[in-house]
Amino acid sequence: MKEIRLMKGNEAVAEGAIRAGADAYFGYPITPQSEVMEYLMLEKPHERTGMVVLQAESEVASINMLYGAAGTGKRVMTSSSSPGISLMQEGISYMAGAELPCILVNVVRGGPGLGTIQPSQADYFQTTKGGGHGDYRLIALAPASVQEMFDFAGLGFELAFKYRTPVMIQTDGLIGQMMEKVELSEQQARITEFDQSWATTGKTPDRAQNVITSLDLDSSRQEQHNIHLQKKYQEVADNEVRYETFDSDDAEYLFVAYGSSARICQKAIELGRAKGIKVGLFRPITLWPYPMKELKAAAAKVKGILAVEQSAGQMIEDVKLATECNIKAEHFGRMGGMIPTPEEVLLALENKIIGGK
Amino acid sequence: MDIKDIIKPENLVYKKTDHMTDKVLSYCPGCGHGTAHRILMEVIDEMGVRADTIGVAPVGCSVLAYDFMNIDMQGAAHGRAPAVATGIKRCWPDKFVFTYQGDGDLAAIGTAETIHACNRGENITILFINNGIYGMTGGQMAPTTLEGMRTTTSPYGRDLESMGNPIKITELIANLPGVHYVTRQAVHTPRYVRRTKKAIFKAFDIQKNKKGLSFVEIVSNCNSGWKMTPNQSNIWMEDNMFPYYPLGDIKVDGKIINE
Repeated sequence: MKEIRLMKGNEAVAEGAIRAGADAYFGYPITPQSEVMEYLMLEKPHERTGMVVLQAESEVASINMLYGAAGTGKRVMTSSSSPGISLMQEGISYMAGAELPCILVNVVRGGPGLGTIQPSQADYFQTTKGGGHGDYRLIALAPASVQEMFDFAGLGFELAFKYRTPVMIQTDGLIGQMMEKVELSEQQARITEFDQSWATTGKTPDRAQNVITSLDLDSSRQEQHNIHLQKKYQEVADNEVRYETFDSDDAEYLFVAYGSSARICQKAIELGRAKGIKVGLFRPITLWPYPMKELKAAAAKVKGILAVEQSAGQMIEDVKLATECNIKAEHFGRMGGMIPTPEEVLLALENKIIGGK
Repeated sequence: MDIKDIIKPENLVYKKTDHMTDKVLSYCPGCGHGTAHRILMEVIDEMGVRADTIGVAPVGCSVLAYDFMNIDMQGAAHGRAPAVATGIKRCWPDKFVFTYQGDGDLAAIGTAETIHACNRGENITILFINNGIYGMTGGQMAPTTLEGMRTTTSPYGRDLESMGNPIKITELIANLPGVHYVTRQAVHTPRYVRRTKKAIFKAFDIQKNKKGLSFVEIVSNCNSGWKMTPNQSNIWMEDNMFPYYPLGDIKVDGKIINE
């Protein structure tokens, strides 16, 4: 019997983490993601699986608790929303540098600054182009449904441990807050016997000390470490691109959108096709690595692209990179927590791409 | 008598613990860090708990503590060692977890993490090396810099009106219920080295018995930052640091010691 539940996106990612065998969660309240920790506290995962949940004094403390726990080889997660994720950036850079696996959930709200508590996708640059200091990348997953909020917790841990690197689940206030039907997978046991060759679990006589750090004052060694990281990121880029298409087989135009915008575009496609406009959707699931080759191939079959994102136009830069500016591509979005309607999106396609010069 | 007649196993009265690596210490000659490192490693050695111990190094002079302490360690971001230690301890409640932090790390940038780890009563040990100055960055004013003390960022002496007061963070955290043991010691004389080692033993024992947070402050010198010879710096420390930061137990068995 399949276990089906009606859940909020924020609850689903929390339940997904428990069922994926997470060892610990550290977090700090911020709208619109507070349900993640509320759900975890209510669920008493310590009794269900032995998972630890702790409310930290700040996002800064949360990310550093994550660093400590991840450094012992444990499967750990935190969640926050845009301003809180900004606070965590130093720690995220340290974790990337020290090669620590973890899941970071960003339920994006409108900015800049304290901005608004309403949904936004304006953290795309922060997630995919750095955020913290130094040369590093985050594997970034963008769920477009409550089901994917659940599923990506498991997928996130898998990728984080496969490459020993932080994974960002970048969602938005819309996906985090909305309720949908979720099919729950079975509980996986927490992994208590794991590779401790690199983790700090206490030095035993049979091995040298393990040290978790991102520091190396010897520049030639630090460069070698950077080369190693870049090689790893290339491996991720070669193997972990994820995307999906919708109504794109006969499409003359494409929406390119992720997360909640992809859902809005699906409705816009329905409206467009009813009017005879052959439009489809290309949806990046990994924001990094971005599906460059795949989008280039899809773009070769259409007359124009409208990138839809709740921002001033961030992902459009990757669309232009992917298509090498060989096709007409424009951005459409709302900002500050405003959510575009399917009608607005279709109108933008008609004005900016179909009718546009 | 030839020296070889003296260096024999039967004449050995004291040796370096193998919990210290053979690397040359990066600390200035005369600095108290080396002694503090060594007695901490001796405690872990004598308790036989290396396989169950994880240390957290700060940012500051002891940023490379893991180069000298031959145990599993993590290097924390500046000030965040108590949060890192919390993450480790919550996942491994039966392991010994300690932080080793200077005054800038613990009492300035990391004040929030220090106070909240103490307030939650995390079962960890915090070793706090207080020399009243930022040593590694070249001798800037620290939160614990004394009134009138000259540093590179208080070149005319610390002025309380514009620069604030030297913070007694140790007395502050002693008032938190989660904290079980608080003591202030030194490592500049053999007597105090022995007392401090005893205090670290006690702190680890409290951790073993899961009684709450144990906090050992070591008031130490910074002869380079203070622009003194090692001996001058120790005398200056006794004359100036100890009156403001008096040595001795502050909280024992969860109770504040009243003078």
